[in-house]
Amino acid sequence: MRARLTLLAAALASGMAQAELRGSGDLGLVIERASGSVQIVETTTPRSLGRIEGLGDLSHATAVFSRDARHAFVFGRDGGLTKLDLLAGRIERRIVQAGNAIGGAISQDGRLVAVANYEPGGVKLFDARSLELVQDIPTGSKVVGIADVPGQGFIFSLFDGDAIWLADTGKGESGPRLTKFADIGRQPYDGLITPDGRHYIAGLFGEDGLALIDLWRPEAGARRILAGYGRGQEPLPVYKMPHLRGWAVAGGLAFLPAIGRHEVLVADTRDWKQVTAIAVHGQPVFAVARPDGRHVWVNFAHPRNDTVQVIDAAKLEVAHTLKPGRGVMHLEFTPRGDQLWLSVRDADRVEIYDTRGPSLIASLPAKAPSGILMAARAHRIGF
Amino acid sequence: MLRWIALAALIAPAALAQPSPARQAELRHLVLHDCGSCHGLTMKGGLGRPLLPEALADKPDGFLVEVILGGVPGTPMPPWREELSASEARWIVEQLRKGNGDAR
Repeated sequence: MRARLTLLAAALASGMAQAELRGSGDLGLVIERASGSVQIVETTTPRSLGRIEGLGDLSHATAVFSRDARHAFVFGRDGGLTKLDLLAGRIERRIVQAGNAIGGAISQDGRLVAVANYEPGGVKLFDARSLELVQDIPTGSKVVGIADVPGQGFIFSLFDGDAIWLADTGKGESGPRLTKFADIGRQPYDGLITPDGRHYIAGLFGEDGLALIDLWRPEAGARRILAGYGRGQEPLPVYKMPHLRGWAVAGGLAFLPAIGRHEVLVADTRDWKQVTAIAVHGQPVFAVARPDGRHVWVNFAHPRNDTVQVIDAAKLEVAHTLKPGRGVMHLEFTPRGDQLWLSVRDADRVEIYDTRGPSLIASLPAKAPSGILMAARAHRIGF
Repeated sequence: MLRWIALAALIAPAALAQPSPARQAELRHLVLHDCGSCHGLTMKGGLGRPLLPEALADKPDGFLVEVILGGVPGTPMPPWREELSASEARWIVEQLRKGNGDAR
């Protein structure tokens, strides 16, 4: 035993002499969507620590993090599931688990990674350590909006099935116990879970409104909220679907996208009634609340994706309008909200703002960057 | 008369101007990123159907051009008429048929 430890120490000293000990709390990933690569970034300096290649088709890629925030699980469009070691800066394992995937989630205890698939549909559960398949949940539909729920489970929506399923993975060896919610509305396109893990909200493409499930009272079924928000007006063509994960819940209010409209809807989280609709620059894609909840940052769909707006959550109006450049794909705060990172795809750069101004403090080169995912997501429900 | 219309339909595609090289670069970018966000950067499909040559083989050009310009009501496929001319849509169809959708 002692010999083995000495050997390990020697190996560490020689092979990794330049690698200092460090934590991962200030690390993040930048997805480079067109080149199948990611950069590992560090927000304290801020700087890039390096690039990892060979992750496949990363259009629409996202990632979740292990509970020790050392590993990232990257979900690629081509069904690739890649486990990265952020500290070693390398791929630890990689599998191609389906023909076409859209996203994933990690269980509350960190043991299971769930992947939502378009082709052949369904959800697959993998052992987070080995990436071995643990369970397959066929759905007969494209799956969207998957999130972890408190108590060992996952919840997700069926785009073609007009349903929401809750999979309880904590019960025995016989596979997950499924609760299926019907009558949720037409064509759910994405979903989110509120920061406290209590409510799941699916956005609907097929109608004006969203579906809400109270996980404290699943027997009550799905409830329609903000129904008819378009008041019968014809929606605009939707050139990019809004993304709900990371959508803003701040100060007792939920900020939600009005699909096909230049509006952010605001609902009171106590009764889920609409408070107002805030007119914005374009069709919102992401709206992300600064961790303290005072501001909500919003980006927009093509062809208005050169702009970012900052909503004042107290006044419920746009406070700032920024023009970072064409193709603003994603927004991510540092865990305490001192910085906002955003990706400008067509400018091949990531911009970092001091959120107090807001003012630009740094910019890093990146190849067609899309998602920016901080390792601190490891400790948030629904991420 | 009918014969003339048929003839016009036959020669129309060739008579339409090709996009300029600069515009072709913009269209490639649009196909890769904005079509790719639903159909995949490799055109293997996603929320939208695959756009690989074999997936399009049994669909006539005119149909595909109309889908691009007019969208598919009831699905997330939006109409691109505001941004693309008919000749640009036809050029995109040609590129997809050649497997040039994946422009990486």
